[in-house]
Amino acid sequence: MKELSLNILDIAQNSLAAGASRVEIALREDASGRLTLTIRDNGRGMDEETVRRVTDPFYTTRTTRKVGLGLPLLKLAAEQTGGTMEIISSQTPPAGTTVTAVFDTAHIDFTPLGDIVSTVCNLIQGSPSVDFLFTHETPRGSVELSTAEMREMLGDVPLDSYEVLAWVRDYLNEQYAQWS
Amino acid sequence: MKSLAELAAIREKMQSKIVLRENQQGKRVVVGMATCGIAAGARPVLNAFVEEVNKAGLLDTTVTQTGCIGICQYEPVVEVFEEGKDKVTYVKMTAEKAKRVVEEHLKGGKVVTEYTIGAGAATK
Ligand SMILES: Nc1ncnc2c1ncn2[C@@H]1O[C@H](COP(=O)(O)OP(=O)(O)OP(=O)(O)O)[C@@H](O)[C@H]1O
Ligand SMILES: [Mg+2]
Repeated sequence: MKELSLNILDIAQNSLAAGASRVEIALREDASGRLTLTIRDNGRGMDEETVRRVTDPFYTTRTTRKVGLGLPLLKLAAEQTGGTMEIISSQTPPAGTTVTAVFDTAHIDFTPLGDIVSTVCNLIQGSPSVDFLFTHETPRGSVELSTAEMREMLGDVPLDSYEVLAWVRDYLNEQYAQWS
Repeated sequence: MKSLAELAAIREKMQSKIVLRENQQGKRVVVGMATCGIAAGARPVLNAFVEEVNKAGLLDTTVTQTGCIGICQYEPVVEVFEEGKDKVTYVKMTAEKAKRVVEEHLKGGKVVTEYTIGAGAATK
């Protein structure tokens, strides 16, 4: 992937495929340039075997299931900066999955974050009835968007309406512009 | 400064449009947004469709996303569905090509054959 924001879009799609009604995407950058990405959902979760298969390249199973690319790509992106990726998942209530990846943004192989505003817009456009909570905290400033909060204001206007998506884009861009 | 309060105004303005949208049986544009699609550049294609469909005022056309369509080597892949017509599959799409599809196919009703699977676009 050319941008980390594309990995984030891709990993969040896993949450949606798992039937999540709530997806939290959090980016936290500290003063030393360490970036922690957390994607947490309340979807159906995955079994231990799947977790092992997607995080351990040497792990093979008796059952031949389709091998995905999404999580291994995120893991690679994190590890090539000296970072890590970890998955915690439960299939028993409260079911859900948390993917955490740590990056060293100062490392030469760090994939730039890229167009994260588009990622948020793409997710809302594709799944307008899901609750997305996006937060990005850095020492320079922070950005937050909650679609549950938006829905309170919008009533039955779908979040994938063009006017709403345009608002999201402007709202986030404006918050980001305040950092610089 | 933009604020959540502005959404209330959007809500007011939108009430009439929603009714219109629900009553339409129009075209459906589906963009493949699985890992293979995203890596191949599906995002700018999706963004272009959302923008251009709105710009063209095509209220009866919806743009949606899907997972892997199964022809990863042709990504970014876009399918267009229309009641009573065969599905049209566009392959190796770009934002520029998306603009043309909106103009000629979605608005004009004429399939852009050169971007469809099996046509020249597939070997480019
Ligand atoms: N958030 C999640 N909740 C439940 N299951 C998940 C989640 N994320 C991943 N999985 C499981 O792990 C598998 C591997 O995910 P991965 O993203 O690596 O590949 P994929 O989604 O199957 O295919 P693709 O290459 O298109 O991403 C998924 O098929 C799914 O079964
Ligand atoms: Mg995936």
